[in-house]
Amino acid sequence: MSRPRATLLALALPVALVAAWFFVTSVGGIKSYQLASPADVWRELVTLASNGLLWKNLAASFERVALGFGVALGVAIILATAVGLSRPLEKALDPTLQAIRSIPSLAWVPLLLLWLGIGETPKITLIAIGAFFPIYVNLVSGIRNVDRKLVEVGNVLGLGRFDLARRIVLPAALPSLLVGARIGLTQAWLFLVAAELLASTRGLGFMLTEGQQIARTDEILTAIVLLALCGKLSESVMRAIEARLTRWTDGLPA
Amino acid sequence: MKYAIEVSGLAKRFGQRSVFNEFDLLVEPGETLAVLGASGCGKSTLLRCIAGLVKPDDGTIAAHDELGLVFQEPRLMPWLSVERNVAFAARSDVERARVKEVLDLVGLSPAAHLLPKELSGGMAQRAALARTLVRNPKILLLDEPLSALDALLRLELQSSLAAIVRETNSTAVLVTHDVEEALYLADRIIVLEGTPARRSLELLVPPSRRRSHTADLTDERVALLGALGVEGRAPKRAHRGLRIVAP
Repeated sequence: MSRPRATLLALALPVALVAAWFFVTSVGGIKSYQLASPADVWRELVTLASNGLLWKNLAASFERVALGFGVALGVAIILATAVGLSRPLEKALDPTLQAIRSIPSLAWVPLLLLWLGIGETPKITLIAIGAFFPIYVNLVSGIRNVDRKLVEVGNVLGLGRFDLARRIVLPAALPSLLVGARIGLTQAWLFLVAAELLASTRGLGFMLTEGQQIARTDEILTAIVLLALCGKLSESVMRAIEARLTRWTDGLPA
Repeated sequence: MKYAIEVSGLAKRFGQRSVFNEFDLLVEPGETLAVLGASGCGKSTLLRCIAGLVKPDDGTIAAHDELGLVFQEPRLMPWLSVERNVAFAARSDVERARVKEVLDLVGLSPAAHLLPKELSGGMAQRAALARTLVRNPKILLLDEPLSALDALLRLELQSSLAAIVRETNSTAVLVTHDVEEALYLADRIIVLEGTPARRSLELLVPPSRRRSHTADLTDERVALLGALGVEGRAPKRAHRGLRIVAP
């Protein structure tokens, strides 16, 4: 499929959704305090952009996602490599990690508030918890599935454990790591909203709470649209990185 | 140092199955030895024991020189270019400087920048050979390195392999199930049979008829096919110049 045609196809559904939204809010008889119209949201967006609140909130959220995701990526790579390469370590750590993984995000909130206060730390921690597991799970399974025959090449060449991991196992598991990182980044945005419901004064999640408290559906919808755009944008960036770093794989073109 | 490889009293069991028991093998420096046998006869296990990939249950194995192993499949690192796959095995600047040289030797210099997925089967196997050669091993262990290639390509790579073994003055142990390949490349051929494996035949290829695809080796061929149980019977002793060493 040609590129312009693909773009057109991808835009069809969002355009239809906005049109439907426009229709129900203009002639559909839905009041603006129930659902703001696309025009209201656009006006709100322009106002926020001109008074600087938009950039302040976006910057706050981006920073939290970036920090939380960064921490998750670092910790997940270290733990997954250790667990992936050592069966005893897997037996010792994996059941606990799987149990922690099944805890819903909001369950962490009270505990994090008690432990870490109401500053940036609990928010970033919560985002890191959310982003950690997809990265960890994918990398462990990637390492487990590395072609044994390639590892044998390393054995014949006399590579030690460290060199085997660095030069064969981790590069071979890179595609799995990148898939995990892409899902992890999406998770980071999901957990961001939960994080920003904790006593925050800026960020997209804060816009949601504020909009609810002052009954402004235009502000709520603006935040929702921004969250959707940020999530999609970061997913596209991750896909581009993935495509670049895994050109060597011999799969079907995506 | 009389021998390049000395295997004595080798024993190896996989579960209940005894693959080797009291097995001995000597390989002279500069010699090319072919090990023939049906699938599952233990010929690959023997090579993997020599390479140190399989730990014998008993016996001693001594290789008096650096070893290089070429597998049946290329086993290239898919994320590295041909050149970097070859450099993968290099341990020193001296060996890294050899990368271009061995790529030339296997005829892959024009493909140095390609990724493994862009190579044909023959090119990939040449790259794997170059990776082994970059360390300049004096003993080459070849585990059916050409069996995945089509017939014509196999003939072509057999010639390259023969030339490389000669130029690098290497000792080589070639494991194969291809009688023609053994007759073309080897100075000496052993046939393995039974569990535990023993030599059912050992013969020398006459020096004047080595490394030729057209030499008349009918007697040797008949003897080998007989020992493999494909056709006819294994000869009990030498006749008409057939140089049988054992049994």
